[in-house]
Amino acid sequence: MTTKMFGAKVARVEDQRFLRGQGRYVDDLLTDDPRLLHSAVLRSPHAHARIVDIDVSDVLDLEGVIAVWTWDDLTGPMAEPLPLLIPHPTLTHGRTQYALARDEVNYVGEAIAFVVAVDRYVAEDAVSRIRVDYEFLKPVVGIAAARAAANAVHDDVPDNVGARMEQENGDARAAIATAPHTLTLDLDVERSACTPMEGRGTVARWDPDTSRLTVWSSTQTSTGVRGCVAAKLGLDLAKVDVVTPDVGGGFGVKINHPWPEELLVPLAAMTLGRPVKFTEDRREHFISSAHERAQQHHVEVGFDDDGRVLGLNVEFWHDHGAYTPYGLIVPIITSTQLLGPYKPANYRVVFESLYTNTVIVTPYRGAGRPQGCFVMERTMDAISAYLGKDRTEVRATNFIQPDEFPYEHGLVFQDGRELTYDSGDYPASLVKLKELVGWDEFEDFRAEMAAQGRKVGIGLACYVEGTGVGPYEGAHVHIETSGKVKVATGLTTQGQGHQTAFAQIVADTLGVRFEDVEITTGDTRKMPYAVGTFASRAAVMSGSAIHLAALRAKEKALRIAAEALEASEDDLEIADGVVSVRGTDASAGTRIDLGTVAVLSNPLRYAFDEASKAATQFSVGDPGKPPVAEDDEPGLEGKDFYSPPRSTFANGMHAVIVETDPDTAEIKILKYAVVHDCGNLINPMIVEGQIHGGVAQGVGGALYERMAYDESGQLLNASFMDFLMPYATEVPTSIDIDHLETPSPLNPLGIKGAGEAGVIPSAAVFAAAIEDAEGFPIMSMPISPSELFELRLAHADEPHPLTEESA
Amino acid sequence: MTTEQLHDVRLHVNGSVHEVQVPARRLLSDALRHDCGLTGTHVGCEHGVCGACTVLVDGTPMRSCLMLAVSAVDAEITTVEGLTEDDGTAQGRLSPVQQAFSDCHGLQCGFCTPGFLTTITAGLRETPDPTEDEAREMIAGNLCRCTGYQNIVKSVLRASEIVAERERGEA
Repeated sequence: MTTKMFGAKVARVEDQRFLRGQGRYVDDLLTDDPRLLHSAVLRSPHAHARIVDIDVSDVLDLEGVIAVWTWDDLTGPMAEPLPLLIPHPTLTHGRTQYALARDEVNYVGEAIAFVVAVDRYVAEDAVSRIRVDYEFLKPVVGIAAARAAANAVHDDVPDNVGARMEQENGDARAAIATAPHTLTLDLDVERSACTPMEGRGTVARWDPDTSRLTVWSSTQTSTGVRGCVAAKLGLDLAKVDVVTPDVGGGFGVKINHPWPEELLVPLAAMTLGRPVKFTEDRREHFISSAHERAQQHHVEVGFDDDGRVLGLNVEFWHDHGAYTPYGLIVPIITSTQLLGPYKPANYRVVFESLYTNTVIVTPYRGAGRPQGCFVMERTMDAISAYLGKDRTEVRATNFIQPDEFPYEHGLVFQDGRELTYDSGDYPASLVKLKELVGWDEFEDFRAEMAAQGRKVGIGLACYVEGTGVGPYEGAHVHIETSGKVKVATGLTTQGQGHQTAFAQIVADTLGVRFEDVEITTGDTRKMPYAVGTFASRAAVMSGSAIHLAALRAKEKALRIAAEALEASEDDLEIADGVVSVRGTDASAGTRIDLGTVAVLSNPLRYAFDEASKAATQFSVGDPGKPPVAEDDEPGLEGKDFYSPPRSTFANGMHAVIVETDPDTAEIKILKYAVVHDCGNLINPMIVEGQIHGGVAQGVGGALYERMAYDESGQLLNASFMDFLMPYATEVPTSIDIDHLETPSPLNPLGIKGAGEAGVIPSAAVFAAAIEDAEGFPIMSMPISPSELFELRLAHADEPHPLTEESA
Repeated sequence: MTTEQLHDVRLHVNGSVHEVQVPARRLLSDALRHDCGLTGTHVGCEHGVCGACTVLVDGTPMRSCLMLAVSAVDAEITTVEGLTEDDGTAQGRLSPVQQAFSDCHGLQCGFCTPGFLTTITAGLRETPDPTEDEAREMIAGNLCRCTGYQNIVKSVLRASEIVAERERGEA
């Protein structure tokens, strides 16, 4: 009997190559190719300026420099602005940059010129020889400046507003006006960024013998890059292969595409007839790869004596940086996912997406949900404080109940589909969380700590996460004559353990040994139809597609095996790669290896080995019939696609106990608890690893990370020395996790995504715990010790403002 | 037109000698990766903060992005590729630290992993039986963006056990 792999803590197969230094990331490729050239980019040192003149006359004099490009050298589609990937009707003033700046730069770090040389050192020397004359323009930095609109980022965008979007379910303003109680809150979140350990990278090679372009890119979407490269370079799609090798983390930033270098590197490779590489360095990553998070929110809420929300009206302002290549995904997610597990009777949300002279904004793990969760959970805490009620009680009052699924919010989600939750049990999760963190015992603990002169606080935050967005993913399953199973799916992998989790699915569905399954991701040569790895969609989308494709392969295997064994398909089963007649022993005539079935599936003319000898047209089949029937095809393969009706909705709740230092205002984490529901778990070990990573990233976002721009648009902390990411010393010493599994009815495996959950409630949960410890409201995150210290001074003589009803 | 002077450098890496010609400014990390072809050593920041490029120089963990190749001439360098133990197979047996990372899910994308493996290898020589706090301290100079460090701390403790098990001939 084969051991069930789905749900088991199977050790990751990809680890073997990573642990031995045999991973292959983009910068590891072609290193032994003496023809390989390297590139460097001249980036704007100014946040807002017109380019008067670019002088590259000294560049080619430098030994080892091969070529230099500016916008003037670009032709055809390459000279046009980069694509706006996700146009939305409300994005009335979408703007994208050029691969190389034309006439104007709009952020520090914008690409101006591209140099190719024999190595990166020489390429950087060459970049330093380029002279640019600028006419300075006034920069717009931060949301306040963008809203004030004293200066414009783009001359033709009035008031710096790229988009304004409004959704409403019911009549929120009327409900608030008549509610027994009302509160208003202003809540801010600052910029942070994905900052994966591996930055961006691209290598391209043009093969003149086959007229094919191969591009390797550290991307979250191989097919997306392929489409863009083909369109921009004027190549037939069939001439372009994009391969994503190992990727050293993505967290969202690598879903934006094409980055200028993803086009310039292939252009250079084709023009020069030599392979070309671009590897981003860390400073470049800070100033030219996307950021996220910065939003300001204004909330009006009306509620009854129980804390039940009767009306919620949210206005917010999103800083989308200098351009909008990824459309409005982030603020749309905030505006819809803000609702979390609750069902306010009337909800209105309106946002403006604003241009600033800073790096572009695209999704960062959580993608707008951390801000939405911060807004909603701060509101729940404010209602609780106002009514003097336990924070868990007010939340429970507002929960969607288990018997109300599927729950329709009457709003439109980011994928253009209705915002409908598929499944969940929020009350059950809350019970688990309270138990896990010791919610009901906390006041005793607080008293105990207070007796020692220590100040502690507890907070919780709940979230719902739309995962597994469409439109589709596909998979191809091929059973070889050796019995080994080769599976290809088109989305990419950035360390999530897809090769393991997907192989677990195949092993169970097909009935083969886990060790015999090999998974390929992100290679357009093997699966040209795909979307990408983002929004916690890989397991739901490709997992389901792989399951369906494996079922097709199984169906065919059983049909062929039934003929060979002269048995009914219904009586057959597959285990450990052997098809057998159910209930029979291992005697001859009742069993056949899948490899042999693969041999039988492919009538051959030529025998090239022992296995193929058994499959020649003289060995198999009925001489009276064609070797391949009209409704059949040779080979033991299965291919299928999965397209969901709409997103799945994972959910969870976090709680944290913090201690704040009375003198230094340092914030120490004493306990961290997570209750998580992502439907059925494929590999609990991998899911917990994802949660650990998300929590650490969330700790960073809540307490340390921020993009410190000065008023001229210079990023003051563009290094790991100055942008503080958590080390092992800054994360909780342990994270207590409990799972609840409410299977999704939307896909055959009952799974929901798990990749982003860990990071969503962080700002909210830490704000709540710090507020609980200190006794004054925390309305802006992240929070540093010095900011907490300043807040203490500001609130020294004030009553808790949330106990005062707003006007 | 300038001609950059090249230096003949003999690097001793993982028990092998690599003769390379490099300019004086070439970083050891770049020389290992691009001149020696040992791409297991990764570059995460080029300013010595993240630790991804950590290699052992005469047994001591060093940021190879903060060393010049020409300064490593007389040293014995160990990279992640040199950590496995010779057991007669082509691949070699995973070292205790490598095995512990596999056992404890101590890695996700694997990019920072080589720096952790080399750092912990040296750390366990100095502190063979670390407490949990000492394990955390051992890795406190390396950045990881994926794992949240929970399983890396566990890996350090597990590696210490595996060393002892192998010394007792149990593993």
